[in-house]
Amino acid sequence: MSAITLEGEDLQQRHLEELETVTIRFAGDSGDGMQLTGTQFTATSAIIGNDISTLPDFPAEIRAPAGSLPGVSGYQLNFSSRDIRTPGDEPDVLVAMNPAALKTNLPDLIPGGILVVNTDAFVEGNLKKAGYPASPLDDGSLSGYRLFKVPITTLTLRALEGVKIPHKQQERSKNFFALGLMYWLYDRPLDPTLRWIEDKFSKTPDLAEANRLALRAGYNYADTTEIFTVHYHVGKAKIKPGKYRNITGNEATAIGFVAGAELSGRPLFYGSYPITPASDILHELSRHKNFGVKTFQAEDEIAAIGAAIGAAFTGHIGLTGTSGPGIALKSEFIGLAVMTELPIVIIDVQRGGPSTGLPTKTEQADLLQAMFGRNSECPAAIVAPATPSDCFQMAVEAVRLATKYMTPVFYLSDGYLGNGSEPWAIPAVEDLPRFDVEFRTDAEGFYPYLRDERTLSRPWAIPGTPGLEHRIGGIEKQHITGNVSYDPENHDFMVRLRAEKIQRMAQDIPPIDVYGDQEGKVLLLGWGSTYGAITTAVEKMREKGASVSSAHLRYLNPFPKNLGDVLGRFETVIIPELNLGQLAMLVRARFLIDAVSFSKVKGKPFQVTELIRKVNEYL
Amino acid sequence: MADLEKETNGTNGTNGAHTTDAPVKLTRQDFVSDQEVRWCPGCGDYSILAQVQRVMPELNIPKEKIVFVSGIGCSSRFPYYMDTYGFHGIHGRAPALATGIKAANPELSVWVITGDGDALSIGGNHFIHAIRRNLDLKIILFNNRIYGLTKGQYSPTSELGKKNKSAPMGVIDYPINPLSMAFASEATFVARSIDTDPKHLTMIIERLARHKGSAFVEVFQNCNIFNDGVFKPFSERVVRDERMLYLEHGKPLLFGKNKDKGIRLNGLHPEVVQIGESGVGTDDILVHNESDPEPNLSYVLGRMQYPDYPVPVGVFRAVEKPTYEDMLEDQIKRAVAERGPGNLSKLINSGETWVINAEGETV
Ligand code: SF4
Repeated sequence: MSAITLEGEDLQQRHLEELETVTIRFAGDSGDGMQLTGTQFTATSAIIGNDISTLPDFPAEIRAPAGSLPGVSGYQLNFSSRDIRTPGDEPDVLVAMNPAALKTNLPDLIPGGILVVNTDAFVEGNLKKAGYPASPLDDGSLSGYRLFKVPITTLTLRALEGVKIPHKQQERSKNFFALGLMYWLYDRPLDPTLRWIEDKFSKTPDLAEANRLALRAGYNYADTTEIFTVHYHVGKAKIKPGKYRNITGNEATAIGFVAGAELSGRPLFYGSYPITPASDILHELSRHKNFGVKTFQAEDEIAAIGAAIGAAFTGHIGLTGTSGPGIALKSEFIGLAVMTELPIVIIDVQRGGPSTGLPTKTEQADLLQAMFGRNSECPAAIVAPATPSDCFQMAVEAVRLATKYMTPVFYLSDGYLGNGSEPWAIPAVEDLPRFDVEFRTDAEGFYPYLRDERTLSRPWAIPGTPGLEHRIGGIEKQHITGNVSYDPENHDFMVRLRAEKIQRMAQDIPPIDVYGDQEGKVLLLGWGSTYGAITTAVEKMREKGASVSSAHLRYLNPFPKNLGDVLGRFETVIIPELNLGQLAMLVRARFLIDAVSFSKVKGKPFQVTELIRKVNEYL
Repeated sequence: MADLEKETNGTNGTNGAHTTDAPVKLTRQDFVSDQEVRWCPGCGDYSILAQVQRVMPELNIPKEKIVFVSGIGCSSRFPYYMDTYGFHGIHGRAPALATGIKAANPELSVWVITGDGDALSIGGNHFIHAIRRNLDLKIILFNNRIYGLTKGQYSPTSELGKKNKSAPMGVIDYPINPLSMAFASEATFVARSIDTDPKHLTMIIERLARHKGSAFVEVFQNCNIFNDGVFKPFSERVVRDERMLYLEHGKPLLFGKNKDKGIRLNGLHPEVVQIGESGVGTDDILVHNESDPEPNLSYVLGRMQYPDYPVPVGVFRAVEKPTYEDMLEDQIKRAVAERGPGNLSKLINSGETWVINAEGETV
């Protein structure tokens, strides 16, 4: 396919072509506002009824040198008239705001894909920074794509003539120009973004005006210059009736814990230390003080969980949130919470590691850390949301289990879930089951480590309750009395009891569902953020008649009761994970089956196509 | 699983507690738990425990509203011996636990029991930050200048050159001064006392308890097993008057049996002067002002050490500042006043929303 350029284009009759699914990636310098462009395109697409899924991809450096390769920031979104669960494997369309963005993102663009570039940024300095000896726009190297060369900066400045803001600021509106262009190309209305601009820039009317003009100019430019010979329409998806909003995993996590605390009848206390990619949860929760939510930005990761444990001792829902390196620091305190049997939830928004690793990239390699990463026998429960919107429900679940079983619960999200977004069918609050916690108040027959027979949980007796004064701590406890005890028999008993308590939770968690045939050749077993890619792969293969099913774990410790049974019904169990096979190791050890580990650790989610290729090896 | 029956050596529970419905005046005995105290006989910790138990009834706080939190070390066993709520934490982290307890429930009286290794070494960071936030915590640091529980290694307050288990040729780490750290952390209450002077210690603990804000006291505590007599050169009864300086607010810094010696400032440096000698009168003596908004002079006093100076004990600094928990509660009240009490339905329905109707139309 030859590149179509503005100069060389035959002016044809333009028509509207129907498409089912489109994947767009906006890429530019981290100062170019690509995240904003992406989220606006997403919001508009959701509002007009497409199903959507998004994946932002930003650099670790806040502002790497302008125009440099490490400074490229991207936002990919998939929108469709059918049910989708992933942000798309490879983009059909790439908007590259500068040479560095082109260089880093072009390899992902599908052959023959639409490529829109801001020609104004392809000047010598930028080309050099991106490592291009000559402009790729002129040397024919892009002939495999449908190239559209648009002087976005120049056109933006022209549109903004007369707006009373400095030249540099005028230039910043160019992302809105690009957005307008794409709105025309994919037949979207401008209203939602215009409304957003009005709201967002209500205090700076000049900026609002600039962005409005740029957006309209981009749209009109595409409409009137006939640079594009066709534009596209992606119809409404068949979406279940209901009320929706677009939500990222981190937002859903934060409000999920607010909801969990409300449903438990206790206030939420969040202790946290800033860390990528979990900080958004701190930002969000700190805005909800009217719920009585107390957020505490601690001096370090250790104090963050220490304060959460202290708050749990007083009867609050003690919550702490971090990423993998923070968990490493919190480990000793998690041990104390296990020993003192206080209900806390530990959020781990996993990122690439080890050590500082890839702070802004996704990974699922903290499962074994959550499972075993403490001294001695130190069991904690583990839950893991499967999608951005599922973060809400699993947060509520984490609070329910922690309070019911008086134990720390890990909540394993990851960078992809945290920053990714999808439409969320907003639940009716009345439909959310309450699980009001009860404190011990009766001094008669009170012992701090006397247990509930069914759950093995100990009473929650909070300071302020007359007659229940007692002491807890990290030294081994005597069964029932909670006194310090160095007795060997007692220690053996208590170690087993703490393990048993976590296993008992299996009676309170739902069985695992199988998607597809209930038995057959291949079962894909996943956990956490791989849900979308796995389910899509299975769906596509099943449409072609393959005997493939999938099951997804949202509870990892304990496992659902029926897991062993489910695994036994398939010839091959493949476990795709963004680590070197951590769930596979647990499953193999627990169920003695020859599960196949399919692992990837590139800081990126699975692509549907690579999963299909893997499964095909076993069919 | 073996079936372990409850043994009956204590309950860690009610201990036949008085309930506090009736305004019955509690006694020292009410604060004694049923747990056997396991410090070495002769340890200075006993005295501190006794004085704290003595002060407690005077505060008129129902004992269920009192929480003792500790880290790790000999001193950190303290909460087990108090018949209040207690939390024996992990090494150095008591201030973090206490922060959560106090911030979550400001109505509780929260005490932190720590040692020189616990607070200044492994827990240095938490010590600084709990103090600078001015949470209303009562922090008692038992300074015995040694690691007792781990059997005799040097601590961050051990003297340079001192020989012990982990420094057979002498300590080469310069010691840190707990008071300097407290001043640098913007503490609103800083004091010092000593285990061997129960009257003074009781008075200081009561002052500590009545301060609103982060209140810190360093207590010189003798470890008779691993560091016996370390404070003796200045604290022994026979030399105490000459070698220690009892700070009193608004009074000149005088010491000596006949109160004939004093501290005078020479520029930024304190100097010991004899009243009546070389024309020195009481007017030349520095007057102690614990409520000075600036901690500079208190800092100077806190650094005075034997044998160059008498060792000051008493309240170095006591100033008022809004507490963290009050400001936090205030923000919550403001948030409720401005936005109304939290409404979950409103929260989850916030942002841009759309409705898909039964026909699949977006409305
Ligand atoms: S080792 Fe020292 S500080 Fe510890 S209990 Fe014994 S005497 Fe007291």
